[in-house]
Amino acid sequence: MVYGIAKMLNFAHGDVIMIGAYVCFFSLLHWNIPTVFAIILAMIICTALGVLIERLAYKPLRAAPSLAVLITAIGVSYFLQNAAQLLWTSSPKVFPSVLGDTSLRLFGGQLSVSMISVVTVAACIVIMLGLTWFTGKTKTGKAMRACSEDKGAAQLMGINVNLTISVTFAIGAALAAVAGVLLCSAYPMLMPTTGAMPGIKAFTAAVFGGIGSIPGAMLGGILLGLIEIFGKAYISTQLSDAIVFAVLIIVLLVKPAGLLGKQVREKV
Amino acid sequence: MLKVENMNVYYGAIHAIRNVSLEVLQGEIVTLIGANGAGKSTVLQTISGLMRSKTGDIAFMDENIAAVTPHKIVERGLAHVPEGRRIFLRMTVRENLEMGAYTRHGSEVQEALEKVYQLFPRLLERRKQIAGTLSGGEQQMLAMGRALMSRPKLLMLDEPSMGLAPILVEQIFSIIEDMNKNGVTILLVEQNAQIALSIADRGYVLETGSIIMSGTGHELSQSDDIRKAYLGG
Repeated sequence: MVYGIAKMLNFAHGDVIMIGAYVCFFSLLHWNIPTVFAIILAMIICTALGVLIERLAYKPLRAAPSLAVLITAIGVSYFLQNAAQLLWTSSPKVFPSVLGDTSLRLFGGQLSVSMISVVTVAACIVIMLGLTWFTGKTKTGKAMRACSEDKGAAQLMGINVNLTISVTFAIGAALAAVAGVLLCSAYPMLMPTTGAMPGIKAFTAAVFGGIGSIPGAMLGGILLGLIEIFGKAYISTQLSDAIVFAVLIIVLLVKPAGLLGKQVREKV
Repeated sequence: MLKVENMNVYYGAIHAIRNVSLEVLQGEIVTLIGANGAGKSTVLQTISGLMRSKTGDIAFMDENIAAVTPHKIVERGLAHVPEGRRIFLRMTVRENLEMGAYTRHGSEVQEALEKVYQLFPRLLERRKQIAGTLSGGEQQMLAMGRALMSRPKLLMLDEPSMGLAPILVEQIFSIIEDMNKNGVTILLVEQNAQIALSIADRGYVLETGSIIMSGTGHELSQSDDIRKAYLGG
């Protein structure tokens, strides 16, 4: 979504996920805040962080070539990782179980699904529906779509393009906080590089599904997960990441717009 | 209503607009004609704040807008239909119109919508259609309707005849005259000098970034130089 509107790849997204997880970790373990408030706090802090990053790092480059912005985004990503390392050391922290170890038993106990997986899938569906509603029905959401099509024309409509882009980053960052909590509940190992791989995988999923398309990102994510798991099970555990990225390369070669991608028209 | 004084615009090292001054009075249709590349669109883009002039002033309703951001300029009642229409192709007709009313609130939006549908019944028929599927003439109507949604005092139109069949051009220009009769002041940029001068109260001729002539629509269309250069003899 951020790509669709700001026309940039936010490589620091995964690291915002990591920061969100840390915030949640500290509020749960050290300050004993109830889970719900810990998640909300993480969202607030990540939102502020997302807007701050956008203002300080990306906004001055709005007219710059996309390569400069890309490199800046990678820089922000390293900055966040190293700042986290300085603040919280590089030793992994064990993330507390937010939901307990309960699991859902289906078919008379033959199939057991951990609660966190159920919650994750549910949260993804809710977020996807929420985003679709937001961009389709609200004034700000429609303004985002207008900005993603034509920033100049959007300005002529009286839309504050800079503000709209900031709002987009804020939403992206708030959702990254939720992702952080879910991720660390499923894989309770938290360290400063926790967000790096999921960040790249999420980007892969978005490209796979069709960049700029919200259902596409979700479909891409599901397919990517299946490919990774089946790759691990039937081909090789160590090669699973390589398989994922190989699939990405093939998709980009065959269908550059992604599975549900919009045809990109060249502007004349 | 609009007064541009001593506008100078550069694209990098290229001096695109040289000392342009022009004025649009309340209720007028003023046209800015000139050949391809003369800088007509640049003048409009600078007025609406998308580009900046190095010198001079731009006054709208007696207030200087030379440093105001584009979205604030729209709020003050100056709308701009850009060259090539630039409607939002992936959004519906209705959503395009809603974006036009971005600076307006509540019942104002509904009123503006009804007025635009009255002026362009075709847009009412097609309100749920994706704008990219409209024909060229309908897209031009949508672009104009979208600009009217902000309830502008002054409407700037950039090449509304571009790419349209002659019969549609006539239709679009009669709508422009209608809008003007409804109290919207018009600043019209056109390559099609003949039709532009036929509806304009006054006109300016722009050549390589400078205004070389100005006068009433009638005077300009009678001028020998203009006839030779822009009206085909």
